[in-house]
Amino acid sequence: MSVVANHTPDIAIDVHGLSKSFGGREVVHDLSMQVRRGTIYGFLGPNGSGKTTTIRMLCGLLTPDSGDGTCLGYDIRRDADRIKRLVGYMTQRFSLYQDLSVRENLEFVARLYGLPDARGAAREMIERIGLKGREEQLAGNLSGGWKQRLALGACTLPNPKLLLLDEPTAGVDPKARRDFWNEIHALAADGLTVLVSTHYMDEAERCHEIAYIAYGHLLAHGTVEEVIAGSALSTYTVTGDDLNVLTAELTGKGGIDMVAPFGTSLHVSGRDKAALDATVASYRNDPRWQWQDSEPSLEDVFIDLMGRARDNFQ
Amino acid sequence: MSAIEAIHPAVETREPAFGFWRRSYAMLVKEFIQLRRDRVSFAMIVMIPVMQLLLFGYAINTTPRHLPTAVLIQEDSDLGRSILKAMENTAYFRFTREVHDVAEFDNLLKSGKVLFGVEIPRGFERAVRRGDKPALLVAADATDPIASSAALGALGALVQTALEHDLHVGDPPDMPFEIRTHARYNPAAESRLNIVPGLVGTILTMTMLIFTALSVTREIERGTMESLLSMPIKPVEVMFGKIIPYVIVGFVQASLIVGIGVLLFGVPILGSVLLLAALTTLFITTNLSIGYTFSTIVQNQLQAMQLSMMFFLPSILLSGFMFPFAGMLLWAQYLGEGLPLTHYVRIVRAIMLKGAGLANLQYDTIALIVLMLVAMTIAVTRFRRTLD
Repeated sequence: MSVVANHTPDIAIDVHGLSKSFGGREVVHDLSMQVRRGTIYGFLGPNGSGKTTTIRMLCGLLTPDSGDGTCLGYDIRRDADRIKRLVGYMTQRFSLYQDLSVRENLEFVARLYGLPDARGAAREMIERIGLKGREEQLAGNLSGGWKQRLALGACTLPNPKLLLLDEPTAGVDPKARRDFWNEIHALAADGLTVLVSTHYMDEAERCHEIAYIAYGHLLAHGTVEEVIAGSALSTYTVTGDDLNVLTAELTGKGGIDMVAPFGTSLHVSGRDKAALDATVASYRNDPRWQWQDSEPSLEDVFIDLMGRARDNFQ
Repeated sequence: MSAIEAIHPAVETREPAFGFWRRSYAMLVKEFIQLRRDRVSFAMIVMIPVMQLLLFGYAINTTPRHLPTAVLIQEDSDLGRSILKAMENTAYFRFTREVHDVAEFDNLLKSGKVLFGVEIPRGFERAVRRGDKPALLVAADATDPIASSAALGALGALVQTALEHDLHVGDPPDMPFEIRTHARYNPAAESRLNIVPGLVGTILTMTMLIFTALSVTREIERGTMESLLSMPIKPVEVMFGKIIPYVIVGFVQASLIVGIGVLLFGVPILGSVLLLAALTTLFITTNLSIGYTFSTIVQNQLQAMQLSMMFFLPSILLSGFMFPFAGMLLWAQYLGEGLPLTHYVRIVRAIMLKGAGLANLQYDTIALIVLMLVAMTIAVTRFRRTLD
């Protein structure tokens, strides 16, 4: 076991060319990714982009049609049973037993993983996730935020080496989300590797590394800065009045790849800096608008990636 | 929004012509499509009435014929042979075994391999000719009164038939010999003595099947299967985890039914209570395994219910619980042998009413074990470990 586990000591997830189809539709296409141990790896992409399918292939819930790789040093095709022992998987939809209490759910998990003192482990976890006083409440009666805490508690209970979190903060209020991320960082600091899928840009920026997936294709990966730099997108931030007029005018013009409102300002972006400047030039002197050179936001980059992916893969 | 309203004022809010019918039709089409996709439900629509018709119409015979009978011939005589021939001619009896002593004969009756035994005593013909009025012994397993009473009733007329052929004694009304029938195990021919033990099996079949038939589909439908599969648990473990609690539930149920049967209906337990408990537990486990197997085959809870019902119906009709097993057509009997209830009905009646021991019930016990193992094997191989 130690031989296998030490084979790639720094890499928790190392997969190559994963593909998966359902009913003739390819959901994940030729996906390769490496996740270093102890990092928080953000997995981003629109709905239906293949995030959940990828996560399920990593933990042995789905068999890839092609491709191979290792998860914590174990072959994802052959060693699913071993991987399952070391991986905590938090499903997108709450999938603990609604008709069991908080304590019963945790004890169930603890027993299933064969922890020596299931009751004690459950009690500790209840305290750790702040559910003390609610341990006898049925899981189905908990609010969204509490359910999410319970789910995280359940998947960290058996001391996994890798956490796979599938949109863990969907439908959770901002305070609970912040607490949740603090917990994730604390776990990562202890050496746990975390792969987390999300839609939220602020969450993406809390990750050590991110990957962007759309239409089953992994389009970009690296740190947030690397992804932004890699996009080669040039962006102007425009403020002023009648921004909707400007939006209407610019949309579809040469060199303009994206026009998106950001609160009271407008982001105008293009991949070809020269073409962008040429188109923008005639509007720059309009007194209604103030133009400012700026960095594209992560969201700009993702929407651009998604737009290009749609052109390429659909 | 405002632009649309300006062009088509109030179009959105007006009730379309025949709106009710349109929506109803849309709903009807949707339901049909869903039904067509749900193949098991679709099959049920046809299967249930067809099955009922076939089972009630052909397989069930309330005046059972060709019932297995053992003969003990102590004397080879013309009269003896014509009596046996006459018995066979009534079509109620079918001589399946010839035995050589009373013990063998008792054993066959106790294990349910035969329902009747006929003994032609030594010196029978001579005694008849001498006018001694000897007795022809017919023993019947009367645990199931329906099966035995019609056949016993036919015996009276039989004497006449036999006489016409072989005895040329002048005075017909004067009976030259007597047929002494002996209704064993249930001499008063009380139906409830037969029904109550059978009910234990019937009720257990229904409840046990449904408990486990829903178990896997429920996990899938509630979304908990995804979590469960991501954890290190094996299909066999899932199966046992889901079966064992219900073994206890089933045992409590069985004790309740038997208890009420004994206290309220005065049904005896002539055999070993321990053996009854052990074989009942086996039967419960067999049913739970079959229910669980259904659960791994179907896609949703509705299908699971339907499949359970489809299994339950022949169990009731073909197990010998409701109608005498021996009176059914041969193909129905073969089908019945594949149902756990058939074997359990024999076991429970034999232990409670006849005081049978394990030695008498070997065949049925082994049959239950085989059915259980087959079901478990299918369940474990069918259980999907991934969400593919």
